[in-house]
Amino acid sequence: MFFFLQWPLRVAQPAKKLALGLCIALPLYSCSQPSSETPESATETTGSASGGTVTVLGVIVGEQQAKLEAAFAPFEEETGIEVRYEGTDAFTTLLPVRVDSGDAPDIAMFPQPGLMRSLAEEGALVPVTEVLTRSELEAYYPDSWIELSTVNEQIYGIWYRSAVKSLVWYNPKEFAKAGYETPETWDELIALSDQIVADGSNPWCLGLESGNASGWPGTDWVEDIVLHTAGPEFYDQWVQHEVPFNAPEIQTAFEYFGEIAKTPDYLYGGKAGALSIPWGDSITGLFTATPECYMQKQGNFISNFFPADVVIGEDVDFFPTPVINPEYENALLVAGDIFSILNDTPEARKLMAYLATPTPHEVWAAQGGLLSANKQVDLSVYPDELSRKQAELLTTAEVVQFDASDAMPGAVGTGTFWSGMMDFVAGASTEDVTDKIEFYWPEENTEDSTEAPK
Amino acid sequence: MNSNLSLILRALLAIFIGSAGVIGIFYALNILVEKLLPERTRVKVLPWIYVGPAVLLLSAYLVLPTIRTFYLSFFGNSSEEFVGLKNYIFVLTAPDTLITFRNNLLWLVLVTGISVSLGLVIAVLIDRVKYESIAKSLIFLPMAISFVGASVIWRFIYAYRPAEAEQIGVLNAIVTGLGFEPVGWLVNPAINNFALIAIMIWLQTGFCMVLLSSAVKGVPNDVLEAARVDGANEIQIFRRIIVPMIMPTVLVVSTTVVVLVLKVFDIVFVMTGGNLGTDVIASRMIREMFNFRNYGRGSAIAVILLIAVIPVMVANIRRFRQQEQNR
Repeated sequence: MFFFLQWPLRVAQPAKKLALGLCIALPLYSCSQPSSETPESATETTGSASGGTVTVLGVIVGEQQAKLEAAFAPFEEETGIEVRYEGTDAFTTLLPVRVDSGDAPDIAMFPQPGLMRSLAEEGALVPVTEVLTRSELEAYYPDSWIELSTVNEQIYGIWYRSAVKSLVWYNPKEFAKAGYETPETWDELIALSDQIVADGSNPWCLGLESGNASGWPGTDWVEDIVLHTAGPEFYDQWVQHEVPFNAPEIQTAFEYFGEIAKTPDYLYGGKAGALSIPWGDSITGLFTATPECYMQKQGNFISNFFPADVVIGEDVDFFPTPVINPEYENALLVAGDIFSILNDTPEARKLMAYLATPTPHEVWAAQGGLLSANKQVDLSVYPDELSRKQAELLTTAEVVQFDASDAMPGAVGTGTFWSGMMDFVAGASTEDVTDKIEFYWPEENTEDSTEAPK
Repeated sequence: MNSNLSLILRALLAIFIGSAGVIGIFYALNILVEKLLPERTRVKVLPWIYVGPAVLLLSAYLVLPTIRTFYLSFFGNSSEEFVGLKNYIFVLTAPDTLITFRNNLLWLVLVTGISVSLGLVIAVLIDRVKYESIAKSLIFLPMAISFVGASVIWRFIYAYRPAEAEQIGVLNAIVTGLGFEPVGWLVNPAINNFALIAIMIWLQTGFCMVLLSSAVKGVPNDVLEAARVDGANEIQIFRRIIVPMIMPTVLVVSTTVVVLVLKVFDIVFVMTGGNLGTDVIASRMIREMFNFRNYGRGSAIAVILLIAVIPVMVANIRRFRQQEQNR
């Protein structure tokens, strides 16, 4: 870029205006800086009530975006700072591009700590401890959640929307009609599934299609099974790559999932159905006149996809993932969105401090569709019994583990693990799939993870 | 409202100063050179004054990034440590990139072959149709649709619903209407690549047809008539006269399609996300670079793609030079 600055200055120094004109006419990054300063100073002088702006980039779009913006509203009223939220479906692609091109938002709402972690290691993020002290954070969040946002001893984020993933959804009315009972162990789950097949239906709805992220619902299955068969310590080793991805324990988990996904007649629409049906659509199978399926394993957020006429608590309920190894009975798989600062501005700091308080959590929780790991959030704000039940699960579970694919390096967590689940359901063997994911595990991260525990 | 207006005004001013400025700079430099420099050096300097800005722009936006990509391809994922040829070895041996090479080859052969030959056949046949312009516009129409737009349309065409449900995809509605099971066009590894390639053919045939059609029209009538008088039938005329005479155009069209196909990305990204064996080089590059944040591997794939395009470009330039000489 320095070419351009030098060329007009040297050759045409007398004609400064012309050089300026060239700068404006050509989309040059180096020239654009002075012009971007002017609008800011202009708003400062004209708008006396406004206290600046803060830009936020996140994954939340559509209906959910209105709820998020409502959660920002009290902050905007109190401080006069305008929050400019931009939602995108392609967050994991867009954010790194924007960071690299020098167009980063002030605050990013990461759907995956994996990407947050790699940006933090590159030094693109500002630690939260610049805004709140550790003890202040501890008043709001359980230690395990703070631990999850720590990279190289520094805390980088504020948790916002959390999710419970160890849930199996069913329609209590249809279960009662057919005389089925909710299973408590894996064997009971398989027995029930066989029973449903014998009765001439498909027990399971599974939708893996999710655009660029296709396959992720399958990873939730495998992660939950790993947690329930091999336990939280092994799970940690797996995420940190202290054991290879094709370890026997992981292959066993794939085999368990295969019992569901590869048994003929278990899935509505079979193999092609599971691979083509959008993940959010597949839940509707529980509520059709004759049920297309009886069970669907998915996180709490699937409630956003319930048809409008579904009465929560009557037409739909959930049971926790059935027990496989009694030792890990209460294990819970969770996920969450986390806010981090990219540009250290006073406005961004104020917004981060606000996001740690219960207010933004309660505003959205009251409208439904949000669970929070924030300890100070009042359980009575949740609009329905099911959300309250899930929020309680979040705070009372003995073992909580974060979604593994979200915490793994991007090449696996947003790459081969997702695509591997598609291949697995399409017919690839457990060995082929796990070997390939292991092959793609980045070497650099192996070194990092072995250094981290010191 | 006010700030919007001032933004628009500022943009208009920028466009004015910008375009006038560019003309002004050339003008001023021209005068400077003519006034200040002696006759002999002036002749040597003047061309550079005119070519200079374009050369600078090209080197900043094309040459420098190319060199930098090449440089980065020898470094690790965050471009810090030198890893030698490791990225290339990985890319050339990893199972997923091997699949992308296979797929790009498949795309190359099928899209170029089918869209060019289909375009040629249509161009020749359409020459004899009464409503030529209407027929041509219909075939040319997909060309106006962006790749992403076309992909969205074709997602509906290929949509799959289980046999028990009502089909929303045209193709599966036909298939089930005929009494067969619905087909997972995009998820069946045996056919999903061909389903994607069909979209590109649909998009590109119109382009090939229009260029080839004008070439066909350029074949002199007296040659055709002479052939007919000599007793050649229409198929012979097509094979022995029309095709050889429009060969230069066929080659230009083919190379354009080849370069386009090598760069294909949007269709795969939107339709399947590269899953189930449908990935292509360009979408793999984006994923390695920006999703997996491995600059080394992403750059290595970019360099390989560049190397794959070079022979086509060289062939194109040679042909262009030959034509210039013939004039």
